[in-house]
Amino acid sequence: MIPEVGGGAAFAALALAVWGAVAAAVGGRTGRVALVESAQHAALAVFVLVTACFALLTYAFLAFDFSVRYVATNTNLGTPFYYRITGVWGALEGSIILWTWMLALFTLLVILRHRESARELYPWVLTVMLAVIGFFLLVMTVAAPPFERLTPAPANGRGLNPLLEDTGMITHPVALYLGFTGLTVPFAFALAALIAGRVGDAWITMTRRWTIVAWYFLSLGLLIGGWWSYHVLGWGGYWAWDPVENAAFMPWLTATAFLHSVMIQERRRMLKLWNIALVILTFGLTLFGTFLTRSGVIASVHAFTQGTIGILFLSFLAVVLLTALGLLAWRWDALRAQGELDSIVSRESAFLLNNVLLVAATFTVFFGTVFPLLSEAARGVKVSVGAPFFNQVNVPLFLSLVFLMGVGPLIAWRRASPDNLRRNFVLPVAAGVLAAAAFFTLGVRSALALLALALTVFVAGTIAVDVVRATRARLRMGERVLPALGGLLLRHNRRYGGFVVHLGILIITLGVTGSHAWSVQTETTLRRGEAAELAGYRVRFDGLTATEESNHFKVAGTFTVSNGRVVGVLRPAKKFYPQEQSPIAYVDYRLGLKEDVYLVLGDFARDGSQATVKVQVNRLVSWIWIGGLVLTLGTLLAILPERKKAA
Amino acid sequence: MNRRTKFLAGGGVIAAALAYMIYAGVTQSAVYFVTPAELQAAPVPGKAYRLGGVVARGSLKWEARTLDLSFALSDGKATVPVRHKGTPPDLFGEGRGAVVEGSWSPEGYFKASLILAKHSEEYKAPHDGGQAGYKELIKTLKGESR
Repeated sequence: MIPEVGGGAAFAALALAVWGAVAAAVGGRTGRVALVESAQHAALAVFVLVTACFALLTYAFLAFDFSVRYVATNTNLGTPFYYRITGVWGALEGSIILWTWMLALFTLLVILRHRESARELYPWVLTVMLAVIGFFLLVMTVAAPPFERLTPAPANGRGLNPLLEDTGMITHPVALYLGFTGLTVPFAFALAALIAGRVGDAWITMTRRWTIVAWYFLSLGLLIGGWWSYHVLGWGGYWAWDPVENAAFMPWLTATAFLHSVMIQERRRMLKLWNIALVILTFGLTLFGTFLTRSGVIASVHAFTQGTIGILFLSFLAVVLLTALGLLAWRWDALRAQGELDSIVSRESAFLLNNVLLVAATFTVFFGTVFPLLSEAARGVKVSVGAPFFNQVNVPLFLSLVFLMGVGPLIAWRRASPDNLRRNFVLPVAAGVLAAAAFFTLGVRSALALLALALTVFVAGTIAVDVVRATRARLRMGERVLPALGGLLLRHNRRYGGFVVHLGILIITLGVTGSHAWSVQTETTLRRGEAAELAGYRVRFDGLTATEESNHFKVAGTFTVSNGRVVGVLRPAKKFYPQEQSPIAYVDYRLGLKEDVYLVLGDFARDGSQATVKVQVNRLVSWIWIGGLVLTLGTLLAILPERKKAA
Repeated sequence: MNRRTKFLAGGGVIAAALAYMIYAGVTQSAVYFVTPAELQAAPVPGKAYRLGGVVARGSLKWEARTLDLSFALSDGKATVPVRHKGTPPDLFGEGRGAVVEGSWSPEGYFKASLILAKHSEEYKAPHDGGQAGYKELIKTLKGESR
């Protein structure tokens, strides 16, 4: 009974979303307020219905209702309570529900927040949001029905993919989806601006916080994904340029570009067309990413179910892009820039270059990801480009972006005078050069690492120069140091929030550089009592233990790690799930600020006399996660309501 | 030279640099997907290949002490000997599909630097040994990009 109610709710929601989109559009066109209000009610009802679907599916999971195919596929009687809940969005059908639910939630928030303020844009924003929800509900009812019955109902389900039994399962998809769905809001406003013919700054000002929040969740989703890969997949890395990672990374790149380019529009009335195009591109890339991961055209670690769903997403993407292009052409005249670039040495051109590089990076990632398809279509041979390609092309781009991160915020608008450049950049450049020299004498020989370190120090230097100068100005007004610093951050929270986010990115850069330049690993087979040595660590094999867990059987090796004194005992394992043909590796590690010791159990003798272990000493990886925390603080600071300056 | 020309020139330089980087990146890191039959027909030593096939029954040898792994990959038409240094991955075994990355050694074997295990979210319940046909298997293996 309950599954039928859920299926019915999805159909009703679809009908209401379509009605709401149409009503809002007609209301916007004719100015009939009643229709727009009706659309609002429809949006509220859609939210309630999708929430009901979500709740009913969760109930089916908790109640082990194996007559529902999706439940039977993604849970079994041994699945722990916690993973029965996260299992709800552990595969395609449920994740579409989660996605739709978030869209409905955002629509509701947009209504609450912008009902009065968005004026002419508002009905069209509603139309776009509801149309996007309508599409996802179509997917939910037609291509991926979560409540489909399975007859006869099996006595037990298959169980969740063991790799998904991790705390990351709650945070990683939720953060990513919040990012993806959040990006729908600026997209809806951009389209509304085009339709209503109000392509000025209003839509940008209204969506500023939305974009930052969506961007933040996307960043968080990517970082948690990296952490997950690092501590679950057992290859000791956090990023593999996997097609699905790329699918999430591309909209992040364009959203980052958008966050920067809007500042030029606000300040100089330039780049109107570019900004709208960027938002459309970003939204298009979120759809493309879903298409890529869900269609099976490019398989990857994440390869999900194949089926008709890919076609649906591709068609919707085509509709979105064609509509957007049509609207752009229609409003072409209004999109002309009012300002002009005055000089190459200016903040505008630094930001412009930042945008060009980010879009270039997006293009290379896109190109590398679809390359196998291109080569097969063009030459009939399947050729892929792996991580070396992405690293080789993107590292110069990213290093240039880091450099611009130092230049952009300090260089003068319009035209930078030699004096402006001297005042802002002499010290940071000197600091960067000195840092490179210092690291060189410390024995760093990799040119790339030296360059990355020098740039990081340079950018940190520019931030320091700015903060020190601004604090000094306040000290001259008679404030004390701490209140002066605090006042600075809060009064100019947008600027300094941005700086803190930049700092977070710098810290992440440091972690990525360190882990690439200095990580070491070895693989070896040890008899009981034997030890392997790596980078000053001794890893001694002490034996194997086997345990029975609620839904799997676990064989763990005991390894004592020491560097002079005992650092700790690590127990990497292999988990054997009855529904899996092969064991799943379970890594164990000791994290540190300087380096992580990371063990993966390979093969082992059944009598416990010997085991093969992969030992990695991964350098500075922790700073990637710390950078994520700093990024969080910076985002929070940036979205605080701006305070009125004291008179 | 006016401003517009300068900006266009700058953009052109960036575009050219990008195009070159992509071109160089592709030529240096392109990996060709081949089946054992295709590889055996025309092996080019040193070229990067991704070879997909089924691990032939009775061919798998694993020496834990030295980490020497050797096996043969077959597509039903040809069989290629493969050597690798390291633990076999979890999803690896005789009669199962595998994709290996590496190059052809002039000494007559495929030197694998990487064995790719397929992690799939949509995994199968334990089934009763119904082996998929070679063709179907090769198709899915070649479809893999990682």
